[in-house]
Amino acid sequence: MNDAIARLGAGTLTFLATLGRSGHLLIRSLLLIPGWRDLARISLQIFSVGVKSLVIIVVAGFFIGMVLGLQGYTNLVRFGAEAALGPFVALSLVRELGPVVSALLFAGRAGSSLTAEIGLMKATEQLAGMELMAVDPLRRIVTPRFWAGFISMPLLAAIFTAVGIIGAYLVGVSWLGVDGGSFWSGMQDSVDFQKDILNGVVKSLVFGFVVTWIAVFRGYDTLPTSEGISRSTTQTVVHSSLAVLGLDFILTALMFGELN
Amino acid sequence: MRSSGSQILVGLFMLAGFAALVMLGYKVSNFQEFARQDTYTLIANFTNIGGLKVRSPVKVGGVVVGRVSNIELDNRSLTPVVYMAIAAEYDQFSSESSAAIQTSGLLGEQFISLTPGGDEVILEDGDEIEDTQSALVLEDLIGQFLFNRPSGNN
Repeated sequence: MNDAIARLGAGTLTFLATLGRSGHLLIRSLLLIPGWRDLARISLQIFSVGVKSLVIIVVAGFFIGMVLGLQGYTNLVRFGAEAALGPFVALSLVRELGPVVSALLFAGRAGSSLTAEIGLMKATEQLAGMELMAVDPLRRIVTPRFWAGFISMPLLAAIFTAVGIIGAYLVGVSWLGVDGGSFWSGMQDSVDFQKDILNGVVKSLVFGFVVTWIAVFRGYDTLPTSEGISRSTTQTVVHSSLAVLGLDFILTALMFGELN
Repeated sequence: MRSSGSQILVGLFMLAGFAALVMLGYKVSNFQEFARQDTYTLIANFTNIGGLKVRSPVKVGGVVVGRVSNIELDNRSLTPVVYMAIAAEYDQFSSESSAAIQTSGLLGEQFISLTPGGDEVILEDGDEIEDTQSALVLEDLIGQFLFNRPSGNN
């Protein structure tokens, strides 16, 4: 019994300390305003975080859009409401699936590689070496990756959503014969630029922020062993996926709930 | 520069992202109307607005000329007041125009249908349309139908 209480306390303290270290890292690396010379590094990181995630985002978005088109059609056509396919697909992609699924893919594709990369740098003492040479590893390594994730995520989500809608258009209009005019006009009637699209962008900004934060912190905070790196990488994917799903509910409740 | 290839790809990626956002704005959402030119406001009193919502379309003969901009309840008469933002290019509605809340299809969304009148006085910003016809509530109709049925035929 005493042991259990002690373990609970130790666990809580560890959790609090981890949270504190991650907040410390976040504030220290965001306080470094990137200068002109950092832009090249940020762009290099956007390449490895954003551009390289493009393939999985485009393919996943396309297939999810096609599945939505197919499922939406087969269900709506029973009520003779296949004209509502456009709004159905667009709203579900813009509000939920676009930001959430691309953030999950981003966590798996980019977050894990961020953690592994930084973790290996720590394990091979490159970070310590940098400090020895009076190069700030936060400025050199962490900050560019932060900004890269922050910039890439909304763009990836927008691409995901757009490709998904094109996929749904192909299945719904070109294949199943829904009227193309009502597909687009129904969409334009029901999707509000401010309420839906900008809120979707806000969501993906938040997700990009959280996923990159978790990934960078897990790498920076890893145990410098091969086992530690593998555990940190797993933790990145698990924790950021859970964070994305949990935050999505909160954001949805704030944006679309009855509260406002 | 050694990394120029990847920088070009990054540029392309960001362009693609912004292009996707622009497509979402123009093709998927109502951004065009959002950015549209000036409007002026007409007011109409109804006894029942049914399922009319803010942003429901205002149509003349099926052509969308504006949107419902605000709905509130008049505190004295306790009837709904509907504010319509009409595009400034359609500024020739006479004071005899009438407004009716109609439904597109049997169960579709509701919109305001304006019917222009013949009077020479032109409605201006903030004017009220006197002749209004409230929403047809399907449930009321069914209720009436059920209660008006001659009794004892079964």
